[in-house]
Amino acid sequence: MDILKVEGLKKSFGKVEVLKGIDFRLKKGEALAIIGSSGGGKTTLLRCLNFLEHAEEGRMYVNDQLIYDGADGKRHSDAEIRANRLHFGLVFQQFNLFPQYTALKNVMLAPSLLKIGTPEEREENARKILEQVGLAEKADFYPCQLSGGQQQRVAIARALALHPDILCFDEPTSALDPELTGEVLKVIRELKDKETTMIIVTHEMQFARDVADWVVFIDNGVIVEQGKPEKIFGDPEEERTRRFLERYSGKE
Amino acid sequence: MNYFLEVTLQLWEGFAVALELFALTLLFSLPGGLILSFGSMSRFAPLKWLVKVFVWIIRGTPLMLQLVIIYFGPGLLVTWAGRAGVDNFFIDWMAALNSMDAMVSAVLAFSINYTCYFSEIYRGGIESVSRGQYEAGQVLGMTKPQIFFRVVLLQVIKRIVPPMSNEIITLVKDTSLARVITVYEIIWAGQKFIKLDGVIWPLFYTGVFYLVFNGLLTLLFGYIEKKLSYFKS
Repeated sequence: MDILKVEGLKKSFGKVEVLKGIDFRLKKGEALAIIGSSGGGKTTLLRCLNFLEHAEEGRMYVNDQLIYDGADGKRHSDAEIRANRLHFGLVFQQFNLFPQYTALKNVMLAPSLLKIGTPEEREENARKILEQVGLAEKADFYPCQLSGGQQQRVAIARALALHPDILCFDEPTSALDPELTGEVLKVIRELKDKETTMIIVTHEMQFARDVADWVVFIDNGVIVEQGKPEKIFGDPEEERTRRFLERYSGKE
Repeated sequence: MNYFLEVTLQLWEGFAVALELFALTLLFSLPGGLILSFGSMSRFAPLKWLVKVFVWIIRGTPLMLQLVIIYFGPGLLVTWAGRAGVDNFFIDWMAALNSMDAMVSAVLAFSINYTCYFSEIYRGGIESVSRGQYEAGQVLGMTKPQIFFRVVLLQVIKRIVPPMSNEIITLVKDTSLARVITVYEIIWAGQKFIKLDGVIWPLFYTGVFYLVFNGLLTLLFGYIEKKLSYFKS
């Protein structure tokens, strides 16, 4: 069954059309990798999914339930938007941890504001998730005391604490020193092994190839090509996809 | 020695008045500035411009002038209204304000003035918090008030402590302006000895009171800064 179905998503900033009609589906437990050049609309797509941007057109369904329709999106109340966006989790490129709270409190804050479970349950759950991302012993550290890779793992734990249906990653390793990307990618791989449904915008082509069940190549606001990773990386049909991948392999 | 003690006591009485003005001004303008800063950041353009023009007028004119206007203005208005036969609730307010103590006018003028200065400090602090912090709160399902109070506010406080401490220390010294509308604060008390006894040192001595109090404030703000240094933002 499709956990997520996106139809005809369009988004403009002023006169610039950034998304020109995006359609894709995602099955439960699968990982979708979105690749493409900078400025092609990948991040905007993730932001639309997380209700940080308002797509003028298009619909989004989660579990066959319509949760967004660009035609009437503006009429939704804040409460409805908040309820709907909880289907999604988002891990930012810049982590955006709350600096005044420890790693543990960062993970626990949203569940406590949403009053999920008792305080003891919330703490137990948060510690369990921190352990899952390999940071059990860093629970009482503040973000400024952690490396970039550790901060990003806390950010992943924070998103996981709300058990989103779909976890989105916006270039999760782009702000990291090269030697720190491995630990973050490892956590994402482990999530994949646990059949977490994920959408990953990434420039790490090898990682996308390894971890994704489905790859979408976006350029200039349209999906140029989508398919299984073997197909997209091994034998792309479109000339634009081939050129993009060549540029990337040339860089690496 | 007895004379010195007498001078000290009288100056202390004046300084107590200054401290009262100081404390009441903070009581009103610390929250007032926050509310006004929301106005200056409002997406509703008329409100935003109204606030901006108001802040411009208050910050662009001397506090001493504002004191004089607030102290003498209501009386002049009431006199004019009496002659012109105007009578409405606004004139009633002005009459009430006119009959009150000079201290009330001083607190009003100082509070308005410092509310405007504080609002700009708050605005700078709030705008310096990155958009990512708001967005992180949003995607975690937080409401706007939750994001403000649980995520943003402490980061804002950390950033505004240095400029706030500057402004608050200035406020301590600004209280001396209130004597132009007959608030008998410490400088007035010091000057009195020139006329009464022909000695000027009590006026110089007033500086010690300001200095000691501002020293304590400096220590307090240093302590707060240190308390908040456990995180970086």
